Amino acid sequence: MSDNNGREGGGFKGLRLVPRAEASYKMKDFKSDQEVRWCPGCGDYAILAAFQGFLPELGVPRENIVIVSGIGCSSRFPYYLSTYGMHSIHGRAPAIATGLAASRPDLSVWVITGDGDGLSIGGNHLIHALRRNVNINVLLFNNRIYGLTKGQYSPTSEAGKITKSSPMGSLDTPFNPVSLALGAEAGFVARTIDSDRQHLTGVLRAAADHEGASFVEIYQNCPIFNDDAFEPLKDPAERDMRLLRMEHGEPLRIGADRGVVMGDYGELKVADIAEVGEDALVRHDAHRADPGYAFALSRMDYPAFEHVPVGVFRDISRPTYDELMAEQLGGAEARSGQEELASLLAGGDTWTVR
Amino acid sequence: MAKQIEQLDRVIIRFAGDSGDGMQLTGDRFTQETASFGNDLSTLPNFPAEIRAPAGTLPGVSSFQLHFADHDIMTPGDAPDVLVAMNPAALKANLGDLPRGATVIVNTDEFTKRSLAKVGFTGDPLTDGTLDGLKVSAVALTSMTVAALAGADLSKKDAQRAKNMFALGLLSWMYNRPTEGTTSFLKSKFAAKPDILAANLTAFQAGWNFGETTEDFAVSYEVKPARLPAGTYRNITGNLAMAYGLIAGSTRSGLPLFLGSYPITPASDILHELSRHKRFGVRTFQAEDEIAGVGAALGAAFGGSLGVTTTSGPGMVLKQETVGLAVMTELPLLIIDVQRAGPSTGMPTKTEQTDLLMALYGRNGESPLPVVAPSSPADCFDAAVEATRLAVTYRTPVVVLSDGYLANGSEPWRLPEVGDLPVIEPGFATGPNGPDGSFLPYKRDEETLARPWAVPGTAGLEHRIGGIEKHAETGDISYTPANHDLMVRTRQAKIDAIARDIPELAVDDPDGGAGVLVLGWGGTYGSITAAVRRVRRAGGRVAQAHLRHLNPFPANLGEVLARYERVVVPEINLGQLALLLRGRFLVDVIGYNKVRGLPFKAEELADVLREVIDRD
Repeated sequence: MSDNNGREGGGFKGLRLVPRAEASYKMKDFKSDQEVRWCPGCGDYAILAAFQGFLPELGVPRENIVIVSGIGCSSRFPYYLSTYGMHSIHGRAPAIATGLAASRPDLSVWVITGDGDGLSIGGNHLIHALRRNVNINVLLFNNRIYGLTKGQYSPTSEAGKITKSSPMGSLDTPFNPVSLALGAEAGFVARTIDSDRQHLTGVLRAAADHEGASFVEIYQNCPIFNDDAFEPLKDPAERDMRLLRMEHGEPLRIGADRGVVMGDYGELKVADIAEVGEDALVRHDAHRADPGYAFALSRMDYPAFEHVPVGVFRDISRPTYDELMAEQLGGAEARSGQEELASLLAGGDTWTVR
Repeated sequence: MAKQIEQLDRVIIRFAGDSGDGMQLTGDRFTQETASFGNDLSTLPNFPAEIRAPAGTLPGVSSFQLHFADHDIMTPGDAPDVLVAMNPAALKANLGDLPRGATVIVNTDEFTKRSLAKVGFTGDPLTDGTLDGLKVSAVALTSMTVAALAGADLSKKDAQRAKNMFALGLLSWMYNRPTEGTTSFLKSKFAAKPDILAANLTAFQAGWNFGETTEDFAVSYEVKPARLPAGTYRNITGNLAMAYGLIAGSTRSGLPLFLGSYPITPASDILHELSRHKRFGVRTFQAEDEIAGVGAALGAAFGGSLGVTTTSGPGMVLKQETVGLAVMTELPLLIIDVQRAGPSTGMPTKTEQTDLLMALYGRNGESPLPVVAPSSPADCFDAAVEATRLAVTYRTPVVVLSDGYLANGSEPWRLPEVGDLPVIEPGFATGPNGPDGSFLPYKRDEETLARPWAVPGTAGLEHRIGGIEKHAETGDISYTPANHDLMVRTRQAKIDAIARDIPELAVDDPDGGAGVLVLGWGGTYGSITAAVRRVRRAGGRVAQAHLRHLNPFPANLGEVLARYERVVVPEINLGQLALLLRGRFLVDVIGYNKVRGLPFKAEELADVLREVIDRD
């Protein structure tokens, strides 16, 4: 196990307990020798490239980075990175990562999951990892479909979705992953898009900087089973009418002419700036302790894709699970010798037979 | 007036009452007094799963049986010599277990018309002949307790609640138990509640004094200390011994202990105990469910901890998917299954041996792992240390099959010399093992077939593992038919080869002339041994062996089985070990199977053995 040697991590607060790298890395240092096997045009390629390009920024040794995934197309991720990794079982990655991160605060732990893996079979582990604030970063690739099992509807598919398993349309109301994460007491919640590398990298940076559990929803295109699911957010003609790029401390704007104002009940609405005036716009505050405002933001994309906030919804500071656990242990290691064990085993009430 | 003292060599006492009457505490205190006096002892708590079933009903009866003796004993005893019945329900529920001549101490205050009717007594059993053949002591336990506490600033309810201490005081007098332990226990338990402390101490003393002064009890009894092997002893339950064994495994391997667990009866006490020992570097994680408990333990194991999960049958089922991942990733992991009556929820507080086949075969694919079963409450300690050794040495999940009887039962434990416990060498990978400085995560140790355990943070050994089949050396994903066949066989061979690293099966066959072998496993050791002793005392010849390792079997098991004309296999299931023995060794073993949620009685097993010995 690595020794921190009292050095700070690569400047990211979330990596405070991770040792700093001796050498600086390049993107190629994080590419494994494995052939990448996603379908041509899959959004996962872009995310992988952005992630590999971002990892050198962490400034921590490659061996102190661990990628844990579940099952699904996105969960092949660890094989393509030259770090430590575990491609685990369906839905369980947050639980496995919790044990790893809680026992090894000197690691930078990333969970790669998808909408099926993370929100369906693994929903329970995801929400509990978030509320505990274990120091992990959860990247949820949301393509709103089951890809690896060939095209069934997922928990984020829109209601009425026609798929192989729902020929007459799915009956389920979908999850909004950001709303769910906020409801689960997540301290860091963000959304980004596979095709916007710059934005994606910025969100990854913010996630790494957060101490504790970070949740990042990444809209990801599945060209085979759900192609163009996010096209309204990618088409240059349309996207500026829809994307709400959140920047902490800045007014919330959609394009040049519209912005977000608060209604009587705390709900957020889109208005013409010309009508309401610049001063009426809500100034984005990701650090609010009360998650109500972030939740209101997360509800803005109904009806589908009308206005989609991207960026950091919430980023608050509270103690991490791993640090609290380490605190309870105190200087445990120093007190666990042979004599202490013998005295533990004897307990209070012994008798001697001669 | 000094009363007469009669010498006994052994006594079986059962305390029974409502689940709110404090019978487990009473039994536990009497046990501690008995332990510190130096008797050999064995206990059987028996309680309902309901926390407080309706008062005075049969389902609400909780009992605690204690067998103590001036010699080495093996079981909590078949039938009580003394029953303490705190109410009619307790009498009714236990009456059938009493042999002629047994003593019954009843709390007459609870024998009202209403309480009698509640459990279906039509007359008064104390007077209508129901208890003929038994020695009945009718004692007004509740009212005497309340009278003893008159003047104290207590509600009537609080005063009545101390009646279990009155009963404990009386029984402590009857059997000449030392009382200092109970006094200091109460002082520490109720340190923050001086009124309740005073009430309990007064009631305890009043019970003792009552025994000494009343003419109802003319005789008290003495059971001399047992002549056990020299050493320092303590009394210990199976769950406590298991927790200590896990800490010892951690200390002896230098691996920090990480317990991922979800509360479940009857395993929760291991979680409770381990969560108290953070000073040993123990991390306990109460997970959101059984799956996350084992998942977190496996994650911690990947990071270089001693990963442990504790559970019982219904939780074991849920964990199997992750246990399969541990088989595939070949990481050390301990799965402690404290078996209880099933299927499904079954009877949570009752014991059973029905998870053996699930432990061995309850996962998809060919998924071999070692299975270890402790044979007594104290043996849970050694089983945990042994399981740690196998898991770490062979990089494999190991299942430990305890059971409800071992978990809650207790016996004296001779403290081990810590320095004599095995040293367990984690042997983490520290450098490359392949050509050109490469790291091959599945290249095996030639002797153990274990793969290298390279933990994150080790530079140059970065690698990926997971649930997909992998190439035999590189660990890369591989769907090649020949490679899969090789990996399936290699995983099996690794577990099979552990037979070379475990003791041969020892057979107890004093004169070597027995034609019948009785072979058990796990928690039935005490009952079987007691039965064997009975048979031998009467001149019968029977050999005995007990399996601690259920997978792999000891190397000489086949040879042992072949040596005997008949092999009897008693199990608290419908013949799971018997099925394995028949399949593996083509031996037509004779099963004896009862699944009542209770341990075997020594006498019933002795009858079975006699019958098989007498067969022609």
